[in-house]
Amino acid sequence: MSKKLTHLQQLEAESIHIIREVTAEFSNPVMLYSIGKDSAVMLHLARKAFYPAKPPFPLLHVDTTWKFREMIEFRNRMVKECGFDLLVHTNEDGVRQGIGPFSHGSALHTDVMKTEALKQALDKYKFDAAFGGARRDEEKSRAKERIFSFRSENHRWDPKKQRPELWDIYNTRVRPGESIRIFPLSNWTELDIWQYITLEQIPIVPLYYAKMRPVVNRDDMLIMVDDERMEIRPDETVEYKSVRFRTLGCYPLTGAVESTADTLPVIIQEMLLTRTSERQGRAIDHDSAGSMEKKKQEGYF
Amino acid sequence: MAHQSALIAEDIHAYLKSQEEKGLLRLITCGSVDDGKSTLIGRLLWDSKMVFEDQLESLTADSKRIGTQGEKIDYALLLDGLEAEREQGITIDVAYRFFSTDKRKFIVADTPGHEQYTRNMVTGASTAQVAIILIDARKGVLTQTRRHSYLASLVGIRHVVLAINKMDLVDYSEHRFKEIYNEYKTFAQDLGFTEIRPIPISALEGDNVLELSPRTPWHQGPTLMKYLEQVQVTEATDQRPFRLRVQWVNRPDLDFRGFCGTIASGTIRPGDPVMVSGSGQTSRIQRIVTMDGDLPEAVAGQAITLTLEDEIDISRGDTLSDPGNHPFRASRLEARLVWLHEEALLPGRSYLLKAGPSTTTAQISSLRHKVNVNTLQLKPAQTLAHNEIGVCLLRLDKTIAFDSYQENRATGSFILIDRVTNATVGAGMIDTAVEQRENNQWHRISLDRSVRAGRLGQAPKALWFTGHPASEKSTLAELVEKKLHSLGRVTTLLDENQLRQGLNHDLGFTAADQAEHVRRIAETTKLFVDSGLIVLATVTSPFRSERQLAREIIGSEEFIEVHVNTPIAVCEERNNSGLYRRTRTEESRNIAESDCLYEPPIAAEITVDGSSQDLKQLTEEIVNHLLGDPATLEWTI
Repeated sequence: MSKKLTHLQQLEAESIHIIREVTAEFSNPVMLYSIGKDSAVMLHLARKAFYPAKPPFPLLHVDTTWKFREMIEFRNRMVKECGFDLLVHTNEDGVRQGIGPFSHGSALHTDVMKTEALKQALDKYKFDAAFGGARRDEEKSRAKERIFSFRSENHRWDPKKQRPELWDIYNTRVRPGESIRIFPLSNWTELDIWQYITLEQIPIVPLYYAKMRPVVNRDDMLIMVDDERMEIRPDETVEYKSVRFRTLGCYPLTGAVESTADTLPVIIQEMLLTRTSERQGRAIDHDSAGSMEKKKQEGYF
Repeated sequence: MAHQSALIAEDIHAYLKSQEEKGLLRLITCGSVDDGKSTLIGRLLWDSKMVFEDQLESLTADSKRIGTQGEKIDYALLLDGLEAEREQGITIDVAYRFFSTDKRKFIVADTPGHEQYTRNMVTGASTAQVAIILIDARKGVLTQTRRHSYLASLVGIRHVVLAINKMDLVDYSEHRFKEIYNEYKTFAQDLGFTEIRPIPISALEGDNVLELSPRTPWHQGPTLMKYLEQVQVTEATDQRPFRLRVQWVNRPDLDFRGFCGTIASGTIRPGDPVMVSGSGQTSRIQRIVTMDGDLPEAVAGQAITLTLEDEIDISRGDTLSDPGNHPFRASRLEARLVWLHEEALLPGRSYLLKAGPSTTTAQISSLRHKVNVNTLQLKPAQTLAHNEIGVCLLRLDKTIAFDSYQENRATGSFILIDRVTNATVGAGMIDTAVEQRENNQWHRISLDRSVRAGRLGQAPKALWFTGHPASEKSTLAELVEKKLHSLGRVTTLLDENQLRQGLNHDLGFTAADQAEHVRRIAETTKLFVDSGLIVLATVTSPFRSERQLAREIIGSEEFIEVHVNTPIAVCEERNNSGLYRRTRTEESRNIAESDCLYEPPIAAEITVDGSSQDLKQLTEEIVNHLLGDPATLEWTI
């Protein structure tokens, strides 16, 4: 009798295939670990791909120094529990110049502390392949990006010169200095991610669950007061609200949503009943039309 | 609504449970912007709640600014992702869209319809199981409809939805609908689709997309969405012979040695026998290892790790297969090739060929023909330009294991990569091996050379007599043929001078004509060899490259180069004796006039001394070589 694989089983198999292919073909791969739910799924898939061995590549976290404290705690715990090698990189130039989202705005902060920092790290360790947890359903320019996304020596993405990608055969050839970013979750949607996390009981940062948290309403976003670096403006008040995050990044740039969903099924329920896309909570996409496309061309993940 | 909103709100746990058995369908939409393709996909996304309010907000704003639907929402704007494309109003690449219903998750490859984007469509279709072919009801079946259908069929799609769109603009006419369907059916009958499902729709108005339309009471259903939810596309890959290409050998410690890969076809259980493609060694499955525990069974599509009962040598690129039905192994392949790059294919250039986890270098040794994607007519070709499709012969530097693409998309496909630029330049679908005896399963494919030769009880061979004009090639060939005939062999003789009177009478003596002269003789020889005959061809063929080409066309297994090595002085003398006047006037011209060179073979299978007076002795030498060949003896016993 023919046994049918469910959609999650098929997505899982596709991702594992991709992860194994990268490991076999590249000499120095790395997995970008952003600590978010997509990273959690990617990490889980990497473990499955090589079980009983450990994944034969390190994790890299680009730390902007503005991540939620709970994210860093969670990161350290996961790495310890799973026995991964973790590399943490911060753009020290940026730190010396005191660059941050409050003082310099989201665009410059992201550029220096994320994009630049990532390039520094990739150059420093000479990685020829870097896994990222991006999905095609997140944003319009992502919908056209390949699973194996070629980057020039300057880490640039050229949307007009993408390699055709047929079947499950991936062109992994690069010259010295060039690299490929690989997105094993390309074909997953936000709903798939949540369903998979539920089904596989994958641990995620507690910030995804609703809880009373101190927030300030700033520029129509609910920003959580995560540390003393956040200055409260005269017209603002810190309120305690039951909120959760649909996506995680630097806390000053990540908007919370009011919610009481404190279990996975209820989070999924909220997601299915709402009509607001998850990236809306991110300041980066709103800066200008096509902003993600531009950032990606410059080397942003 | 596509999702059961009520259940989500009332009992999310029950809802999630019901979602666990959801399937996945990959499809491609074919049509141009004018056909309403983007509008259709935008609507599917919208109606299955995959468009969010903030996206809708920018969509509403964009619709007013650059939309084409006046005050209405222009769904197409949801899809055009890259800025350049939005401005130009065309989709220039493959984009992937996702939507889901309670029954299935859908991955849609959204590709442009213009002819110059054949490569994008082939890319998008390579993973698709169903094609939606959009037709504008006002325009009917167009050239591009044919092109899209051919490409869908080429990459192995067997289920087609003929979405006859813009029915609102033809007053929902059943007559028009049927007219288009009938025309399409006639055209598509040779494309090998197992199902063509016509559905009258209006993407803009939503007719028959999700809900049956009251405006087409003559259409009993299904709606487009219903069809997509229900179509059975399982090409029974789990019923086919087992194939797993090893991607990675997992060795965490000395006690564990696992072979990781995705099952391309078939079903496997512990205890099942498997064979390794390269070495032919066999063993049995010990465990199917996953992080969730060992599995009692795994099927096509699953990414697993296998351990075997015996310690045998297996590495990345090897294929594990059913010993009773294993893949072909060959280094010479015939394949359909789609050219994906601006720089045209160069026959003879060495490309990297990647098939699954195996990479090897490969050359296109010859092109049989190319296909006009609009008329489906075949034309002879020397090269393939960007977006062209042809049938070619490839010579690989190492043997690979494969199935024909028709039987197995996963083990019958490959890509070609430029060795200098690393660009992906070609996509190939393997039809057959060109080598045969190496592979005892060849018979499965067709009545071929070896089968026909079996009937004649002999091994087909091509004796290619090359040498200076007047080197006695023809005389020798005639003697050898007589001898073979007397030994009961079925033979034929192809003399280039006679062929110049017939088959090649239109050819002169320019370098190009000379090359064509040799090619035609080689192709003719091949036909006879395919028929099982022993062919004796006398062809001056002064250049090594020409003889190499002949070897490739005919097949290196059968090709025997006989160098009649006669010193040029002897040839001259024979010419001058008058006995060979014919030779002087005609045969000597078989070396292009501009270039009076003869490049002697470096490693001919047989070299005979043409200055010898003992032609009988030379004949014996050749016949002995031929029948002394072990492969030949097999046949003669």
